[in-house]
Amino acid sequence: MTGRVTIGSAGRRMRPERIKELTLLGLIAASVIIFGIIVDGYLSGRFFNRVTTSVVIVALLAVGQSLVIISRNIDLSVGSAAGFAAYVTADFLASNGNAHPLIAVLLAMAVGAVLGSFNGLLVSYGGVPAIIVTLGTLALFRTGVSAYAGGENVTTEMLPEWVIQLNSRTLVSIGGFDIRLTLVVALAVVVVLQLALARMRWGRRLYAIGSNPDAAEQAGLPTKQLVFWSFVGSGAIAGLAGFMFMVRIGTISATAGSGLELESVAAAVVGGVSILGGSGTMVGALLGALLIETLKLSLVRVPEVSEFWRDALLGILVLGAVILDSILSKRFTAPRGNGRRDTEALDVEATAPVAAGRVVVEEGSTDA
Amino acid sequence: MREWLRTHRWESILAVILVGTIVVNVVMSPVYLGTGNIVNLFWLSIEKIIVVLVMTFVIINGEIDLSVASIMGFAAAVFATAFDAGAPAWLAILVALGSGAFAGLVQGLVVARLGLPSLVVTLAGLIGFRGAARVLLEDRSITGFPEWFTDLGQQTLLGPLPFGLILFVVGLVLSWILLERSVIGRKIYVIGNNAEVARYSGIDVPRLKLRLFITSGVVSALAGLMFAARLGSVRGSLAEFFELDIITMVLLGGVSIFGGSGTIVGVALAIFTVLNIRNGMGLANVDGIIQTGVVGSLLIGSVLVPNLVEKFRSRRPAPPPDAGQAAGSDREVPTVSPA
Repeated sequence: MTGRVTIGSAGRRMRPERIKELTLLGLIAASVIIFGIIVDGYLSGRFFNRVTTSVVIVALLAVGQSLVIISRNIDLSVGSAAGFAAYVTADFLASNGNAHPLIAVLLAMAVGAVLGSFNGLLVSYGGVPAIIVTLGTLALFRTGVSAYAGGENVTTEMLPEWVIQLNSRTLVSIGGFDIRLTLVVALAVVVVLQLALARMRWGRRLYAIGSNPDAAEQAGLPTKQLVFWSFVGSGAIAGLAGFMFMVRIGTISATAGSGLELESVAAAVVGGVSILGGSGTMVGALLGALLIETLKLSLVRVPEVSEFWRDALLGILVLGAVILDSILSKRFTAPRGNGRRDTEALDVEATAPVAAGRVVVEEGSTDA
Repeated sequence: MREWLRTHRWESILAVILVGTIVVNVVMSPVYLGTGNIVNLFWLSIEKIIVVLVMTFVIINGEIDLSVASIMGFAAAVFATAFDAGAPAWLAILVALGSGAFAGLVQGLVVARLGLPSLVVTLAGLIGFRGAARVLLEDRSITGFPEWFTDLGQQTLLGPLPFGLILFVVGLVLSWILLERSVIGRKIYVIGNNAEVARYSGIDVPRLKLRLFITSGVVSALAGLMFAARLGSVRGSLAEFFELDIITMVLLGGVSIFGGSGTIVGVALAIFTVLNIRNGMGLANVDGIIQTGVVGSLLIGSVLVPNLVEKFRSRRPAPPPDAGQAAGSDREVPTVSPA
């Protein structure tokens, strides 16, 4: 209970986020090694390329989702928003074949941002809990794109040539291991957001809101604006994910991106982003998405295991991640004062499992 | 009556919406009022609305169960696998119900005993139990169940009433008694309002939560079996994505997502409203996805409109003194100062 994780000779405590990230890296490495031993020819450039291309969509959504979850909200509409952006962009490109690719990207992100601002308005200024708003807009955005599409699909042939080529556009290739443009864009988004959350004022404030919304409000933080903009950000990133979806899949229907909302929450949670808000990193969310994608695509390669095991294992993975998260956070929320450590409080928390629920109820979290 | 209207504002609004929907439906469609259509209206969603009842308990208690639809699929898959392996149907049903109880037990233990947030635990359940259903059935579809089993889902039992509808009515009455008139119901509200207070007043919170999750698992399994009977076949994807519709109906009924408030009357009205809207729009040939959008807007509006009204009111010089009293049944979050 009182054990400390120490690193280095100085005995400085390693931050829980770093432990989570290293655990994830270890798990990814371990699964690659294990699958490498079981499956012949597993460690190929082709497999690496497949994982890194397909992880882009979920990784982006997970990062946007984390932005919202850190402020103790949730965005269940990202799948619908991504689908909406994908359809609008594909439709635009189908009729404006020579538009600049950057225009298409910006269009997708703008569509996502508008949808996200709708969520943000309702949550921040309408006072409606995020889970209710985004459960509603999950349906509403889907209705919107259906009405817009009117039963038509945009097929690969209707899209300009560059869209199809973009998916395999490679920047650097080392012995078959391609570093593709879409991956680099996704990584850039992750790095920028990670730095912003760790170093910039609004980033720190977002964590403060998620840790204790009431305290943040009373400390005079502009909580409403920040939550609003986190939804806009999540929407814009969902739009970008929608663009990537279009690039990867090619044929876009009104149901594009269905189910991605839960996958993004799962990736964020596996990545160590606490559903109760206030903790988690963008790098973690990326690694969560990467671990899920690696396992998904690897299991298909094992002949003895049916591909149908995928979701069952994923469920266990998510559960394992939450349990690990709770063990870590219990250890790290122990008061830091020397000798003043309130072990009694810890024991109460250990014997009274209501504790986690209490936070949710009393502080008006939206993710009960 | 006035008192009831004042303390049950949301229920009153829902009743008005429901009556409005029914009037529009009667005017728009000649077949709407037929017994066949009214029975059908419930029959086509019977599995969902049975789970809505148990979900009401879970959410009032301050938790959520995202895994219900996956447990429906999982239990149906267990039933189909056992039946396919040669077990008699009654035994397969028992095993399926047991598997639902097991699924609820596992999640309940993690939520109640380890204290982890049910949103993520049951998200894991949503993915995991759906996965288990796929592991059992892969891409097969299992049919050929005995006639008495499929008849329960496809034939009427009492006059025009099918088995499922009778079960729903019984469940509705039972839920009302449990929530409004029993000690267990009171405890569920108290826990949802403030689990800490509940603990200090001597309620065994983890035990009650565990029991609720087990019940949720069993009821979902039962609903899955009923769906299997109505369809006459079972696939791994049975009842996929039902959870969103189910939770929407509970929240539309005025149950606070933070727990502690909401009534079974409100939820029943929400069920009738959603089914009538869908049925009416269906009769008018409106696309299913548009219906979903209307229900989605209704869900957001159900919380937004009272909030805006409250905001507008509180700007007036004298705020109504009974605001606190009414909070019990309003969509307001119970304001409990952090300990």
